[in-house]
Amino acid sequence: MAAATSSGSGNLWRSVAFYAFIAFFLLVALFPLLWVFKMSIITRAEIFASPPTILPNTLTGTSYETIFSDARFQRAILNSVIVAGVTTVICLFLGSIAAYAIARLRFRFKSPFLTLILAIAFFPPVAIIAPLFVQFSQAGIINTYASLIIPDVVFALPLTVWLLVAFFKELPFDLEEAAKVDGATTLQAFWKVIVPLSAPGVFTTAILTFIFAWNEFLFANTFAFDISVQPVTVVIPQFATIYTVDYGAQAAAAVVVTIPLVILVLIFQRRIVSGLTAGAVKG
Amino acid sequence: MAEITFEDVKKVYGEDVVAIQDMNLDIPDGEFVVFVGPSGCGKSTALRMVAGLEDITDGKLFIGDEVVNDVPPRERDIAMVFQNYALYPHMNVRENMAFALKLRKVDSDEIDRRVNDAAKILGLENFLNRKPVALSGGQRQRVALGRAIVRDPKAFLMDEPLSNLDAKLRVQMRTEIAKLHNRIGVTTIYVTHDQTEAMTMADRIVLLKDGIVQQIAPPQEMYEYPNNVFVAGFIGSPAMNFVKGHLEKDNGNIVAAFGEARVPLSREKLENVDLDPYINNDVVVGIRPENIEDAEVVENPEGTTPITVEPQVIESMGNEKYVYFELSQAEKAHMESLAEEEAEVGGEDDDAGELLVARVSPETVAREGKEVRLLIDSSKVHLFDPETEEAILQ
Repeated sequence: MAAATSSGSGNLWRSVAFYAFIAFFLLVALFPLLWVFKMSIITRAEIFASPPTILPNTLTGTSYETIFSDARFQRAILNSVIVAGVTTVICLFLGSIAAYAIARLRFRFKSPFLTLILAIAFFPPVAIIAPLFVQFSQAGIINTYASLIIPDVVFALPLTVWLLVAFFKELPFDLEEAAKVDGATTLQAFWKVIVPLSAPGVFTTAILTFIFAWNEFLFANTFAFDISVQPVTVVIPQFATIYTVDYGAQAAAAVVVTIPLVILVLIFQRRIVSGLTAGAVKG
Repeated sequence: MAEITFEDVKKVYGEDVVAIQDMNLDIPDGEFVVFVGPSGCGKSTALRMVAGLEDITDGKLFIGDEVVNDVPPRERDIAMVFQNYALYPHMNVRENMAFALKLRKVDSDEIDRRVNDAAKILGLENFLNRKPVALSGGQRQRVALGRAIVRDPKAFLMDEPLSNLDAKLRVQMRTEIAKLHNRIGVTTIYVTHDQTEAMTMADRIVLLKDGIVQQIAPPQEMYEYPNNVFVAGFIGSPAMNFVKGHLEKDNGNIVAAFGEARVPLSREKLENVDLDPYINNDVVVGIRPENIEDAEVVENPEGTTPITVEPQVIESMGNEKYVYFELSQAEKAHMESLAEEEAEVGGEDDDAGELLVARVSPETVAREGKEVRLLIDSSKVHLFDPETEEAILQ
């Protein structure tokens, strides 16, 4: 009995410590976001208050009014959606075909090939930005969506391929064979069986690719100098005049551009975690 | 529906790993053929070559009159049931069954009609809208069968379809598959490692070992007239007993002698067989456990050979008993071709490997450690050449 009690209280302490740690971790992880959110809803005076307030004293929607009445910002969100969306679609289309081939086919130099793909992802973008600028200018695509999408695809594709290879390798081979015997061509087997089945993997990859492209700043800042193509990452720092920086508006904009990502993850996380392949084979 | 013909079909992996050695087989339209053999014997490879999932290294494979060596699976018009069912998990039962028909652009009324018919045959009417994950093992197995029968294909290929089911369900599905075949009569190739499935379901059995066809025969014929030691040992459970023996002439009779036993060979078996080279020479004597009976329960001991043994273990099956015994002065023959099998069941080193087994009536008086008289049915004795391991009697 005594042993049971002591082990019971041991469990209690363990779970208290467990949740305390989780709370601490969440606080650290979410602090920057919470701080930015606080900045977006307080007055300009409070932003500059010293010492800074932990909890907001004043509440105001001015910053949000500023950004939403700004045509530049609205246009920038549309641009971001277009650039990140197109990048994601291209990456998934090319990446899934390439990953499928790598996962399923036997060919020479497969692993050096995979390493090479990965090496591209590690290539520092800054190193190629000047030559790219020259080439894009010559090709006449500077200051267009293409000048943002092309480098985004190049740098996101290796990630896409690697993630998808891992997912495709997990799928039971029998399903493909079953589809082929059922009368499907290799491509039909791929689109009708493999892709739907790897949906959790494809969604995960899509989200990561989208986030990558959504957050991209360097290429956008270099190749896009017209508001008709500039994405939000470039526009947010421009909430400033020569004399002042509108930190409140920047914070509000940061919150607004984060929301689509959060929504995306929330929508798809159920698909990501649900084991879609359950029931395909015994087990 | 169509016939399937193997003409010197060969499969080699890489440079020199031979999976199938010059296989020749004619499967007439509507026959149920079972490929059976120990794991790694090439039975699945042979099946997958028919499906088109495996290249054919050499020889010709016909489905109907057409050589299909280079025809992709989707154009062969065959249906396959996989060991792990391979149901499409993102589709419900109806969609799973309709998938092949949709790919063939069959019109949707026809698809509905066929899927509903198949569902009725298989008792799946109430599950058509479920996903595979919500089905039991037996139901999944039925969906896999349903996916095959809606197609009305030239042939069914089944790759160990029952091995994932529990023992009771396996027996039940075995009967259902047999019933299904009787009903629709499509040429079927069925792969299994289980000799019971082969015996119960097949019109003809093809027994393979190391990529070489050992024998092709209807089940009863394969059981009664095995070509060689391997076939004799593989078909039948418990497996045939093999003992080292000696062939002698005795008053015009030919007698197989082992230990104290002297089994006279029945004359019918000796027709068309030249036994001269074996007289006074070693042979391997094969006796099926069911051909040894307790002397007390045999009504008509004519044509039998008595042996006296001391049972070491007796296992009761309810409807029969297995009596394990050592035969004094006789040596159990360890055949090379069966060595792997023995190793698999772990019988090589322990005593059980040295024991012979009799399958006797439950009324037997045999007790462990107490001498008992058993009778061997002389007409059912098999003889094998100790070198080639081929059957001597026909």
